[in-house]
Amino acid sequence: MTEAALRSVDQTRVAEQSRSGALRRFIIRDATFRWATLIAAVGVLLLLGGVILSLVIGSLPAMRAFGIDFLTTQIWNPVTEKFGAVAPIYGTVVTSLIAMIIGVPVSLGIAIFLTELCPYSLRRPIGTAIELLAGIPSIIYGIWGLFVFAPFLQATLQPLLINSFANVPVLSSLFAGPPYGIGILTAGLILAIMVLPFITAITRDVFLTVPVVTKEAAYGLGCTTWEVVRKIVIPYTRVGITGGVMLGLGRALGETMAVTFVIGNAHRVAPSLIAPGTTISATIANEFTEAVGDLYTSSLIELGLVLFVITFVILLAARLLLLRLERRAGT
Amino acid sequence: MKSMALYARRRRWSSVVMGLSVAATAFGAAWLIAILGTLIWNGVGGLTPSVFTSMTPPPGSAGGLANALVGSLILTVMGVVIGTPIGLLAGTYMAEYGRQTWLTEVVRLVNDVLLSAPSIVIGLFVYQIIVAPMGHFSAWAGGVALAMLVIPVVVRTTENMLLLVPNSLREAAAALGAPRSTIIARVAYRAARAGIVTGVLLAVARVTGETAPLLFTALNNQFWSLNPNAPMASLPVTIFQFALSPYADWQRLAWTGALIVTFAVLTLNIVARLLSNIGTSK
Amino acid sequence: MNDAAPPGLAPDRAPSQLGGSATKITIKDLRFYYGDSLALKGISLPLADRKVTAFIGPSGCGKSTLLRVLNRMYDLYPRQRAEGEVVLDRENLLDPAQDLNLLRAKVGMVFQKPTPFPMTIFDNIAFGIQLYERISRGELADRVEAALTKAALWGEVKDKLGANGLSISGGQQQRLCIARTIAAKPEVVLLDEPCSALDPISTSKIEELIDELKAEYTIVIVTHNMQQAARVSDYTAFMYLGELVEFDVTDKIFTAPSDRRTQDYITGRFG
Repeated sequence: MTEAALRSVDQTRVAEQSRSGALRRFIIRDATFRWATLIAAVGVLLLLGGVILSLVIGSLPAMRAFGIDFLTTQIWNPVTEKFGAVAPIYGTVVTSLIAMIIGVPVSLGIAIFLTELCPYSLRRPIGTAIELLAGIPSIIYGIWGLFVFAPFLQATLQPLLINSFANVPVLSSLFAGPPYGIGILTAGLILAIMVLPFITAITRDVFLTVPVVTKEAAYGLGCTTWEVVRKIVIPYTRVGITGGVMLGLGRALGETMAVTFVIGNAHRVAPSLIAPGTTISATIANEFTEAVGDLYTSSLIELGLVLFVITFVILLAARLLLLRLERRAGT
Repeated sequence: MKSMALYARRRRWSSVVMGLSVAATAFGAAWLIAILGTLIWNGVGGLTPSVFTSMTPPPGSAGGLANALVGSLILTVMGVVIGTPIGLLAGTYMAEYGRQTWLTEVVRLVNDVLLSAPSIVIGLFVYQIIVAPMGHFSAWAGGVALAMLVIPVVVRTTENMLLLVPNSLREAAAALGAPRSTIIARVAYRAARAGIVTGVLLAVARVTGETAPLLFTALNNQFWSLNPNAPMASLPVTIFQFALSPYADWQRLAWTGALIVTFAVLTLNIVARLLSNIGTSK
Repeated sequence: MNDAAPPGLAPDRAPSQLGGSATKITIKDLRFYYGDSLALKGISLPLADRKVTAFIGPSGCGKSTLLRVLNRMYDLYPRQRAEGEVVLDRENLLDPAQDLNLLRAKVGMVFQKPTPFPMTIFDNIAFGIQLYERISRGELADRVEAALTKAALWGEVKDKLGANGLSISGGQQQRLCIARTIAAKPEVVLLDEPCSALDPISTSKIEELIDELKAEYTIVIVTHNMQQAARVSDYTAFMYLGELVEFDVTDKIFTAPSDRRTQDYITGRFG
């Protein structure tokens, strides 16, 4: 063999050795990486499982002590160790309902404004401003609510409501005084302001999925703006809006800090919305670190379990709905 | 004419509703301005250098928020350091190895539930698995609680960003003989880099303002402490404590702290937004 | 040249069909499935060493599918599989035991759409080299320069090796992809319609390039542009509806094809 041929045989051999070494490394690296990602993915599932499991285990003492009565008793007495969840559940549900009743129409209105009326140059800034609002931490709403909003309501809205409905049969007890400032209504209003940007952002995104040609066809027939919205946009995006609203509801139900500051922390169900009350998350936030005794702690954890179950069901339903929307849209 | 009257009514209706939508926008904007306005009004006064250098004082004395600021920083870093790798790897599995499998669909659903779960429940969970067995509150527990809030955000953005990387890029790398792990680590991650970083920034913005999960994990700490095994001060919990107290100087510090938190969160969100715009415009 | 025997059905005739050229890859009775549907219906043909073989045919005839079997690119996707034999250097590369990464290091591919990695030009070229070889920085720089020179791109990018691979023009990006492929020192280069996304000037530059590259590499090119096949290739395979209709020296295919269908295609009766 010539010198050159020998050299090239050598080079080939070195190249092959280097290649087979590299291949061995590849196999190990590939396997390790793949396992790592799989474990992480399964880990996410385990996290949820862990949360549910730990809540259930932690609630067991309370569940054994009170059974189903936990959900029907209003008494919350750490001294006698008698705990009932009615007041927190009532507060959670009612404040969230108030938040939805006020928040959803306003969000829809803002979304309509942004997609149909707003001048193009302003759309981006206003949309961004709304998304930034959604990022403000809830404790800010809480501290603002306590020092600014509650006194404001105490001086203006609450006396107005009390006086307006004073002689109306049912509503008078719903809006009975005295004007505390803090209370269920205030908490509900703060929650409304909190979920506004959230639902608005989702609704606006969903509105933007309506094909422009469809809207143009309606405008072309002479429909007014409102008619296009009512007859084309909203039916088209119905599922998405519902999903977004449910997500907002889930958020309102789980909200802690904004509510804790302004709810008044009274463990009772009063007929008036202006009275103080409590929510599940506010109760846990206020009392957990001072809870003495296993039964007290366990009852608080059981409250957490109740909250988790409620939000879990709503969130799951919302996600499945939105999934259906995505499938239909072909994404 | 009948049709003209009908048309006039339709127009009126539309104008009314459109007017309402403008009112709704003004309503929303007004509250935003009100909140930010009072925040600045009440918080700016206390924004002196001593806020960043002095520790949280007992009521009645002067002080600052230094330990709370540092504590928040440490807890946030913990949460990000623990949560990001897990989120990144899980998102990678979903986009690269497990596309279209049932496991990925289930993980996505579960992840979305975790994303929106009440953060106080997360706090309860971490209390059960870390604080109770350890017997005391600690920064570790707080870090883990924040990590549980970071993970769902990172999983979601990682999966979405990796799914956006075109397959042609992966094929080109495969055609050179690159193994799967190299294709993902050196090509796919590279291409999705801006989006993934944005996701991490958004996660940081999220945990910066969170109070509830820290209430019974890291608790709070009046004094200067860098010990991860001890309770650690954090800005949101300090604000909580000070605001609900009857002391005026504590309340003032609470407002200043709230201003700092809001500023930090808004900045992070804006930076994340700018970064994702750079990424998409390339 | 044996005109009487129908081409594509007698692989043992392959060397004589190639008129004396050595065979680099021999395809024997290759069948390819997308799910349950048969896309390639028993293809047999030889690919000559250091010559250019072109696959032509109308859309959907299976030429890209056939090309992508040669580096087992289909393996990335679940519902695709191949049966039969494709022999490279006395090994059947369809064998499950075949290491795919090693195969792809030997058989490189350039795609229809230029796909530079989101890295610098230098890193793009270095990527394939560094996968399998541990060489010094100096040697790496030499290899990068050599690859870019061979791809006729060095002059245009030598002052901006640190620029992003996406910042150059489409034609330059495609030459970058070619440089990246040959930097890894493959033996075979597969080109999947490499010029279809490019302007005529870039196209002619790349065709010149192919002519130079064939001295060192076995080249297989898929093209829907018949004139291009006639310009650059030594051998041409005409495919139709998943079958190999005719395979022969390029001149013969384009001047005196044996099969009626080939005749109809190259005269533009269908396509």
